[in-house]
Amino acid sequence: MKYGRREFINTLLGAGGIGGLASILYPVFQFLVPPEVTEPQVSSLKVGAVGDFPVNSSKIVRFGRVPVILIRSDRDTFKALAATCTHLDCIVQYNQARKQIICACHNGVYDLSGKNISGPPPKPLAVYSVSIVDDQVMITQEKDLA
Amino acid sequence: MKPTLKQSMFRWLDDRLDIQPLVDMMDHKKVPIHSHTVWYYMGGVTLFLFMVQVFTGILLLMYYRPGEESAFESMQFILTEVKFGWLFRNVHAWSANLMVLFAFIHMFSVVFTRAFTTPRELTWVSGFILLLLAMFFGFSGYLLPWNELAFFATKVGTDIVGAVPLVGEQLKVIIRGGEDVTGATLSRFFGLHVAILPAITFLILSFHLLLVQRQGISEPRHFKALAEEKKRYMSFFPDFVLRDALLWLIINIIVLSLAVFYPWELGLKADALASAPMGIKPEWYFMFMFQTLKVIPPHVWFIEGETFGILLFGGAALLWMAVPFARFRGKQIVDSKWITILGIFTITYMVVLTITGYL
Repeated sequence: MKYGRREFINTLLGAGGIGGLASILYPVFQFLVPPEVTEPQVSSLKVGAVGDFPVNSSKIVRFGRVPVILIRSDRDTFKALAATCTHLDCIVQYNQARKQIICACHNGVYDLSGKNISGPPPKPLAVYSVSIVDDQVMITQEKDLA
Repeated sequence: MKPTLKQSMFRWLDDRLDIQPLVDMMDHKKVPIHSHTVWYYMGGVTLFLFMVQVFTGILLLMYYRPGEESAFESMQFILTEVKFGWLFRNVHAWSANLMVLFAFIHMFSVVFTRAFTTPRELTWVSGFILLLLAMFFGFSGYLLPWNELAFFATKVGTDIVGAVPLVGEQLKVIIRGGEDVTGATLSRFFGLHVAILPAITFLILSFHLLLVQRQGISEPRHFKALAEEKKRYMSFFPDFVLRDALLWLIINIIVLSLAVFYPWELGLKADALASAPMGIKPEWYFMFMFQTLKVIPPHVWFIEGETFGILLFGGAALLWMAVPFARFRGKQIVDSKWITILGIFTITYMVVLTITGYL
């Protein structure tokens, strides 16, 4: 096929058009990607005095950007786990009667060690360590099972 | 004889816009009368409810303020302080639900009457995209009051996007405006709901309606098979249009009655540190997907359950959209009884899972 001046101009215009479109779409795409927000790194968090947490109760606290569920399952046992369900991101809750962690969105169930034991969650909840210092409950990032 | 004012006005417009061919087209347009004529009204009802949405949505915009600290409060203000604010908000919410319902009814009526056969494949595709857009409208609008249920529905819905292979995580961050559902998500959903989706819908709806006008109204097989003298028609204008108008009036009364007697609760303000409440449910038109996600195990073969779910529904939607294009031995398969079986199966699946979700 003859590749003449007309075809050359058409190719040039086509390539120019694609380039022009890309030069619009690229900044639009970059604009839509939210900028990284730097947040202070939290490695431990004081959440209150031991007496603030009744036996067989729970409280959700913010650990940096992440919600963490602190559970006092009996007098001497505190557990802290990531409060975000590993299935579809809902916030879990502590079921006092069953002594389990459940997610109301899709009936996911975890035991108190964070292990996913039934329902759709594919992974366990990340575990945080809890220590008592001067009668204050401290949560510390320890290991990430997820 | 001196022309009347109406004739003069028409002449004036016709000289400038050449509207006589349009009038001729309207005069010649006719609607078949048969046992399934009732389904012809469903698209019109959906369109009417969309117009109600646009009208009430614009009114709500006058007072609604997006933002973590203002969205819920502005909704409270609309519901308690603004005159008829409660009415317009409830009409908007009810009409949205009915619009999706009628879009579904319209879609299934097209399947069962085989109205998507050649040459109407593109009408089907554009209609199906409009149904998806209606669902996106519902999903994005649901978050705007910034209440507890909306917050978790959005967390789940956007997290599902994260399960899309390869681009999911990036897409999730773009949709959410960050890693989590926050005020940034609310801003984006507001933009989607009041600007981006309406613009796309306007384009596709125009295309859909243009096709309907160009191709005329579909006649089902049993009607086409009748002898010419046995076929009965009514004129589109004014007979069908007046019937349509009457139905729109009835639908309007139903929407107003629902808004007055069954108002939508605003609920509690969203709290990122609160557990998902027990019995949390999505909007009814997402329920069948929600229930499916509940029963899919954590892993299916080597795929994570949620990724499997999104691939399943994505694949099913694409196949559903492609049905009019499917060929078997060179023939469209739309005449096959399998299409009826597929339609019945789809409806049964959706209805059964939706009902079990509410039990």
